[in-house]
Amino acid sequence: MASVSETQAANTPNPARWFVVVVPYLWLLLFFTAPFLIIFKISLSDTAIAMPPYTPVFPGFGAISGYISKLDFENYLFLTEDPLYIKSYLSSLRIAVISTFLLLLIGYPMALAMARAPITLRPTLVMLVILPFWTSFLIRVYAWIGILKPDGLLTLLLQTIGLMGPNEQVLIFRTDIAVFIGIVYSYLPFMVLPLYSALEKMDNTLLEAASDLGCPPWKAFWKITFPLSLPGVIAGSMICFIPITGEFVIPDLLGGADTLMIGKTLWTEFFGNRDWPLASAVAVVLLIMLVVPIMIFQNQQKKVV
Amino acid sequence: MKSSRFDATVLTLCFAFLYIPIIILVVYSFNASKLVTVWGGFSLQWYRTMWSNEGLMDAAWVTARVGVLSATLGTVLGTLAALSLVRFQKFPGRMLFSGMIYAPLVMPEVITGLSMLLLFVALNIDRGFWTVTIAHTTFTMCYVAIVVQSRLMTFDRSLEEAALDLGCPPVRTFFKITLPLILPAVIAGWMLAFTLSLDDLVIASFNTGPGATTLPIKIYSQVRLGVTPEINAICTILIGFVTIGVILASISTKRTELRRIRDEHVALRGTT
Repeated sequence: MASVSETQAANTPNPARWFVVVVPYLWLLLFFTAPFLIIFKISLSDTAIAMPPYTPVFPGFGAISGYISKLDFENYLFLTEDPLYIKSYLSSLRIAVISTFLLLLIGYPMALAMARAPITLRPTLVMLVILPFWTSFLIRVYAWIGILKPDGLLTLLLQTIGLMGPNEQVLIFRTDIAVFIGIVYSYLPFMVLPLYSALEKMDNTLLEAASDLGCPPWKAFWKITFPLSLPGVIAGSMICFIPITGEFVIPDLLGGADTLMIGKTLWTEFFGNRDWPLASAVAVVLLIMLVVPIMIFQNQQKKVV
Repeated sequence: MKSSRFDATVLTLCFAFLYIPIIILVVYSFNASKLVTVWGGFSLQWYRTMWSNEGLMDAAWVTARVGVLSATLGTVLGTLAALSLVRFQKFPGRMLFSGMIYAPLVMPEVITGLSMLLLFVALNIDRGFWTVTIAHTTFTMCYVAIVVQSRLMTFDRSLEEAALDLGCPPVRTFFKITLPLILPAVIAGWMLAFTLSLDDLVIASFNTGPGATTLPIKIYSQVRLGVTPEINAICTILIGFVTIGVILASISTKRTELRRIRDEHVALRGTT
């Protein structure tokens, strides 16, 4: 009896096992992977003023050559012709790099402080980091509008404590600075948690050994703590960098008209100009830009498993 | 202890940064004045106007239905996905499978949203309630898979093996042994899926249709017009709802954990 069930569990493709893998597999293939093939196809087709606003191409097998000749890279060429797109891509990358760096700068000391806190306190601290993450992204960005706008609470605070005259106002709402504040605020938990889990596992005897041998604390940090926390640094940076590059809500609500980010450009192209093929081309290029960071992220995750 | 004082300062500042904006938002939802910077006394009037705002209430109802349905579907699919990843080290296309689980976690929402919409259009499916639900199921199942996977990896398989050795069929073993043991993670996964669905603006905007306006879409369209105390009120209710949910979930997790430890003790004493 025992051996039968064992071999069954190990080798025979019984229907239950098959079901466990195939159902989520097919779901993801259909609703996650197939859409990418479609988006690529649409990005090669022409815009049409209709609903859906692109020339639908269901050619049948006979017309396949004619169908292929209809596809072209026109939309991609357009992306290189209008400087708006290149500027948006570069500006997104710049904002994502700077904010990831800021997140590391704030998140690292925070994660380190959490990892060095008394062990009984740690679960509470982790919970406190996670809790804002459960609160709506949109709500958290919205909360900053009331604070940052010229007649908002920050101005009021600075005027009350006398750092600002009654007629002066804080003018960072609808600028890149507001976008950075919004991004750092929204993504901080994503940066802190991977860093914390890397730092928490650290073997403290290494630091003790270093200090016994006369190594000053700052040097021990750079020689021991930081290198050992590198997996957390990479994971946290990727988890933040990739979505920030395509961020829409934050630059739209906190940024100004001159805050170019590709997520916003794509949104306008789709909802404003109703140019679906061009929006698809914008998305495909963004995806290609993010392939390398996504691969790094995936590798990092696989090591954890 | 110089470093511990430094740590305490860092933690205080960071948590202040994380919580003060939310606290301000909640406090000003009870403000009698319509102006953000003026405190006009305590009032519940914005909750009343919110309650009588039919558009907002309809959106809340749509969001709740989408959330429950997609979180439930996403939890089932995500749990299956986690089982496949942890239990079956080899099957054709496993690389692609794990890639499809991790990629949605970091994929910019504008890409996921747009590409899914194009799929629905290609399949000639009318956009609306169901397309939003399917879209939400797809990205939430990946979060559930990660949460359940981490529980499965620290899972003591000897109990399962014992059941199988005693002739319990695999499916029954799953429902009798495995599922009860991973239940806290499954529940946490469901809650995460539900709040993610509750939150999502971008993917829902792409995949929604007539009659399926969700709360974030509604909030977003009003926020663009400026800060209003009514929005603060609805946000406060959402925050309260989520906070209570998270606290209840963590209490129940702790309880089941304690019960499990106690049961194990009893079982051990029984055998010796």
